Amino acid sequence: MNAVASTQLPAALTQHTRRPLKSLAPKTWIILLSVLAAALVATFMLIDLRGNIGYILPRRAIKVGSMLLVAYAVGVSTVLFQTVTSNRILTPSIMGFDALYMLIQTALTFAIGGQALLSLGAPARFVIEVGLMVGFSSLLYRWLFTGGGKSLHLMLLVGIVFGVMFRGISSLLQRLIDPSEFIILQDLFFASFNNVDGLLLLVSVAAVAAVSGLAWRMRHQLDVLSLGRDMALNLGVDHKRSVTSVLVICAVLVAVSTALVGPITFFGLLVASLAYQLCSHFRHAYVLPIAVLLGVIALVGGQLVLERVFAFDTALSIVIEFVGGIVFIALLLKGSVK
Amino acid sequence: MASSTITQMAPAAAERAARTRPRGSGGQLIGAGAAIAALAIVSMFVGVSDVSLPALLAGDQTAWDIFWISRVPRTISVVLAGMALSVAGLIMQLMARNKFVEPSTVGTVESASLGILVVTIAVPGAALLTKMSVAAVFAALGTGLFLLVLRRIPLRNTLLVPLVGIMLGGVIASVTTFFAYRFDLLQTLNSWMIGDFSGVLRGRYELLWIVAVLTVVGYLCADRFTMAGMGQEFSTNLGMDYNKVMMTGLVIVSLISAVVVVSIGSIPFLGLIVPNLVSLAFGDNVRRSVPWVAVFGAGFVLACDIIGRTIRFPYEIPVGVVVSAIGSVLFLCLLLRKRERRG
Repeated sequence: MNAVASTQLPAALTQHTRRPLKSLAPKTWIILLSVLAAALVATFMLIDLRGNIGYILPRRAIKVGSMLLVAYAVGVSTVLFQTVTSNRILTPSIMGFDALYMLIQTALTFAIGGQALLSLGAPARFVIEVGLMVGFSSLLYRWLFTGGGKSLHLMLLVGIVFGVMFRGISSLLQRLIDPSEFIILQDLFFASFNNVDGLLLLVSVAAVAAVSGLAWRMRHQLDVLSLGRDMALNLGVDHKRSVTSVLVICAVLVAVSTALVGPITFFGLLVASLAYQLCSHFRHAYVLPIAVLLGVIALVGGQLVLERVFAFDTALSIVIEFVGGIVFIALLLKGSVK
Repeated sequence: MASSTITQMAPAAAERAARTRPRGSGGQLIGAGAAIAALAIVSMFVGVSDVSLPALLAGDQTAWDIFWISRVPRTISVVLAGMALSVAGLIMQLMARNKFVEPSTVGTVESASLGILVVTIAVPGAALLTKMSVAAVFAALGTGLFLLVLRRIPLRNTLLVPLVGIMLGGVIASVTTFFAYRFDLLQTLNSWMIGDFSGVLRGRYELLWIVAVLTVVGYLCADRFTMAGMGQEFSTNLGMDYNKVMMTGLVIVSLISAVVVVSIGSIPFLGLIVPNLVSLAFGDNVRRSVPWVAVFGAGFVLACDIIGRTIRFPYEIPVGVVVSAIGSVLFLCLLLRKRERRG
C-alpha cells in the first residue's frame, strides 16, 4: 500500500520539499500573519461605523470574539488530531466529532426535555454536554486509532460513515421529539456568527483556556508523536496515554466551536494544510500559531468580504465546504496516484 | 488484500461457489416474494384514517376511496422505489467494480437535486416531466464526472473510490445549498433530499412506473455490466462494445435516481446495503442475485416505511430519515467486518 504510506509519512520527513513559500522563517510568518489578522479584525470592528456606536460595537465584538475562538479551536484541534493520527488528511470534523456533539445535544433534549435543558443555564448545559462528548469520543476513537497498522482509507471511510450515522440518528430523534422542543433545539443548532450568546462565549473561553494549558505543556511530546507511533514508543512516549489526552483536548475544542457556530466540515483541513505549506519547521510551537492565525484571517476576512462586497450573511460555511471538499479530493488523489 | 479478491470475484469463480452452496433457489425466492406481498398488505392498512378490512368488505365508500387514492399508490411506489434503487446500486457496483458505491455515494443523487433546483429557478412552473428530464441529465453528468475521476484511482483501492465519491457529492451539494440559500429555496431543497412517501397520491406517482421498466432492463443486462466492470481491454476481448454498455448503465442509474428524487426524494444507502447483504447471503452470481436484490430492496423500504408511520403515530417520520439511520449503521458493520477479516 504505497499510497497510504506516502500520506502517513511523519511530518519531519516531508518537510524538506523545496517550495518558495517556505523560504521565510516560521517566526517571520507568525509576525506577518499576526499583523494581517489584527488589521482584518480592526477593519471588521470599525468599518462603516455609524449610528448607535454603543449598540453596534459590543455586538461586533461578540461576533469577532466568537470567530477568533472558533478559528483557535478548529486550528488547534485539527493540528493535534493530525499529529496523533500521523497523517494530514484526517480531521476531527471529517471523523464525525461535530456530528457526535449534535447527536449528544439531541439525545439530551430527547431524554430530559428541552425546557429542562434550557433551565439548566448555558454553563451547566455546556459542562454536561462536553463531559458526555469527552467520554464517548475518547472511547470510540481511541478504539479506532490505537490499534496501529490500519488502513488510512478505512479509517477515513469509517469516520465519515460515523458522521452520517450520528446525523441520521439525530434527525430521527429530532422527528420523535415534540415540535415545540424541536424549536428550542433548532435555536441551539443553527447558531451562526450573527447570534452568539455572550454568556456561552465566556464559558467557551474558560474551557478553551483550560485545555490550551494542557496542550502547551504537551508541545514537546507532540513533536515526538508526529514522528509516528513506533518512533514515539521508541523514544519513550506513552503513546496510548498521549493519544487519549489529545482526543480529550480535541473533544472540548470541537464542542466549543460546534456550540458556537455549528459544524463546518472542511475548515480545519484547509487551515492545517495551508499551515504545513507555509511553515518550514515541524515544531508545534510554530505550526499551531500559524494554523490559528490562518483560521482567523480566513474567517474574519471571508466574513468581511461576503458581508461588505457580496452582501451575503451566513454563506461563509457553504463556501468553505465547497473549497474544502475540492482540496480534500485533491489530497486523496495526490496520495493515491504517487 | 484477501478481502478484495473476495469482493471482486470473477463470475466463473462465483458460479463455482454458488454451485457448491446451492442457496437462493427459485422456491425460496417465491417464499420471499410472498413475505413481501404480506408486508405490502400490512402497509395498505397502516395510516391515520380508518381503513380496515371489515369496513372495506362492508362496502364503505370513504374507506374504498382512501384505499385506492392513497394506500394502494403509496404501497406500489414504495415497492417500485425500493426495487429500483437497490438494483441501481448493484449496477453501479458492477460498473465501478466496487462494493461500496451507489447513487448516493458517488454524487448522482446530489447532481439530480442540483438539476431540480436549476429547473425550479429557471422555469418556476415546470411540469414534473420536465423536472425529471433535467434532473436525469444532471444525474448522468454527475455520475459521468465520477467515472472520469475514477479512472485516476488505482482500481485495487476499494476504499478510496467511495471516499472520493462521497466528497464529490458533498462539493455538488454545497453548490446546490449555496444557490438554494440565495433564492430562498432551502426548505424546498429538503423535500428532495429526504425521501418521503406521505405525498404519494393517485395521479402523482405514475412516473415511478418508468423505474419498473428500467429495473427489468437492468436485470436483462446484468451480465454485461459485470463484464464491463472487468475493464475496457478485457470486455473488448470478449467481443463487447465497452462504451455502449457503460453508457447504458449510466443512463439506467441516472434515470432511476432522477425519477425517485423527483417523486419521492433521496433514500440514502439503500443501493449499498441491499446488494451487499444479498451477496453475503447468496454469493456473487449476478444473474441469480438481481431478483433477490429487488425483493430485498422492496421489503427493506416497506419495513422502514411502516416503522416510520407507526413509531410516532399519528405523526409520520419520512422514510429517508429511517433508512438513513438504519442504513448507516449497517454500512458501518459492513466496513468493520471487512477490517476484521483483514486483521
